[in-house]
Amino acid sequence: MKDSLVIGGQEIESRLFIGTGKFSEKRLITDVMNKSGASVITVALRRVDTDSKDDNILDYVPKKCIIMPNTSGARNAEEAIRIARLAKASGCSNWIKIEVIKDNKYLLPDNLETLKATEVLAKEGFIVLPYMCPDISIAKELQRVGAAAVMPLGAPIGTNRGLRTKEIVKIMVEEMDIPVIVDAGIGRPSEAAECMELGCDAVLVNTAVAIANDPVQMAMAFGMAVKSGRHAYLSGLGRVAESASASSPLTGFLRK
Amino acid sequence: MSFYKIIEKYKGFDFDSAFSSADERKDNLFWLLSKKAEPHFEELAQVAHETSLKNFGKAILLYTPMYLSNYCINKCAYCGFNITNNIKRKKLSLDEVEKEAKFISATGLRHILILTGDSRGESPVSYIKDCVRILKKYFSSISIEIYSLEKSEYKELIDAGVDGLTIYQEVYDEDVYDRVHIAGPKKDYKFRLDAVERACQSGIRTVNIGALLGLTDWRKEAFFTALHAKYIQDKYPDVEVSISIPRMRPHVGEFKQIEVVTDENLVQIVLAIRNFLPRVGITLSTRENSDLRDNMLPLGITKMSAGSTTAVGGHTIPEEESLQFNISDDRDVEEIRAMLRSKGYQPVFKDWVGEI
Repeated sequence: MKDSLVIGGQEIESRLFIGTGKFSEKRLITDVMNKSGASVITVALRRVDTDSKDDNILDYVPKKCIIMPNTSGARNAEEAIRIARLAKASGCSNWIKIEVIKDNKYLLPDNLETLKATEVLAKEGFIVLPYMCPDISIAKELQRVGAAAVMPLGAPIGTNRGLRTKEIVKIMVEEMDIPVIVDAGIGRPSEAAECMELGCDAVLVNTAVAIANDPVQMAMAFGMAVKSGRHAYLSGLGRVAESASASSPLTGFLRK
Repeated sequence: MSFYKIIEKYKGFDFDSAFSSADERKDNLFWLLSKKAEPHFEELAQVAHETSLKNFGKAILLYTPMYLSNYCINKCAYCGFNITNNIKRKKLSLDEVEKEAKFISATGLRHILILTGDSRGESPVSYIKDCVRILKKYFSSISIEIYSLEKSEYKELIDAGVDGLTIYQEVYDEDVYDRVHIAGPKKDYKFRLDAVERACQSGIRTVNIGALLGLTDWRKEAFFTALHAKYIQDKYPDVEVSISIPRMRPHVGEFKQIEVVTDENLVQIVLAIRNFLPRVGITLSTRENSDLRDNMLPLGITKMSAGSTTAVGGHTIPEEESLQFNISDDRDVEEIRAMLRSKGYQPVFKDWVGEI
């Protein structure tokens, strides 16, 4: 059977999603997408200026890619909804990554406001992907109100600390019917592979790629890591023994 | 509680021994701002650079100031707009505001900082609101740098479309504050200090604070600026906080006993802020020369002005000469854009979605 990721009725070719906020040059984005094979890219609407004579970030996104605008900068549901509607009106797409952050120190998302915005926007026909603090009951609520996927963070944005929320994300993978995409905190390709081995449906990376000395090569590395992690998951990873097998088993007598 | 409570805690505090006996730790503000940190600049700079990249990426937000009016009823010893200074006073008409807005927005900038002197008679809140109504057509983010307002007035301007506030305490040392603010409403230290909070409570999105470096001991001033930023960040986590590090520039005012703040000192302040407050933005304006600005970029700068003028109508009425202070970096937006690109930074012209 073909292993496909479907979100909002669309088949997604690559399980690597790319964020765009931290690149030194917008034009790098073309190569990053093409060389890594990534097919979904998120763009902060706050950075999009369609009236500008300067180059526009959207100009650099390869045609085949899905543009997922995000509501970066929104501090509550109301602002996120306003930004999402503006994104749609500007012709970006009907995908929206909800990002509601009222905490500028750690940049952790506000799950309750995210839920409110998701409900309104899903009803309006958006394909909503909420960025969230890993939490199973909120994730289920998000699913119930129409989220197309959930995007729990691996670690706070920009920290490159890896999948610190592993235990909860693992439960989410087991319990959710919609795709689980780890967004934020992934600093190395091996950590992206770890997410995929766990059964996550995709990984979204920005900082680790954008601030690498060679962002294009780093994006390629992430593309490969995500693929390899997915293959490992599908092929069924062997159980990891917690301790060595005892040479004098305590229950050996039962087998005599 | 007000930040004043924290300031009070440090009255009579022995700063000299706190600086000289501080433990070497990258989150110890006393050590970061002490002489003892000087041999560690390179190491601190590497950490500051890495932290900045992770938090803000290779992107620098650009903005430009636009002076609406230089009428002022304050007598501040360090300022060119001082009521007793014999300068040509001017206030932009709404048509002139529109002309300036068109000119600036044609450079690609979408973030504007509007400034006025302190004169509720000449530049009342209603006038600023009228200006904002025009500016909204051209800019996606409008910040104000004006006299301190009441909470309801901040709310009024925010509802009109203002999303950012820049307000410098100028000097945190209360005695020096009293001395340099000779007369006028700005003499009220606490009303000035709490202005940031009144704006936060009214729903402002971003605030930018700072001390005018050169009025007194910069180490103490930088210390209080960082504590103030931390206080705002902790109490109003939904507000984006940034710090400016304005060094005194030549002006037509009477204050001439400028305490020297060297380039090394300025660098130390930036390194201290970035190491102490990784998520706070740092603004470097055209008060500093092009070389220093370019070199300081990777240390943690997140915001820069470009194509600046401190004259009312200075973008479109070039003959105006009544400056608040003289700038040092007169590069236009195009030149700053090219410089950023050559240094591997993305110039960001738009970083908010104002309600247009």
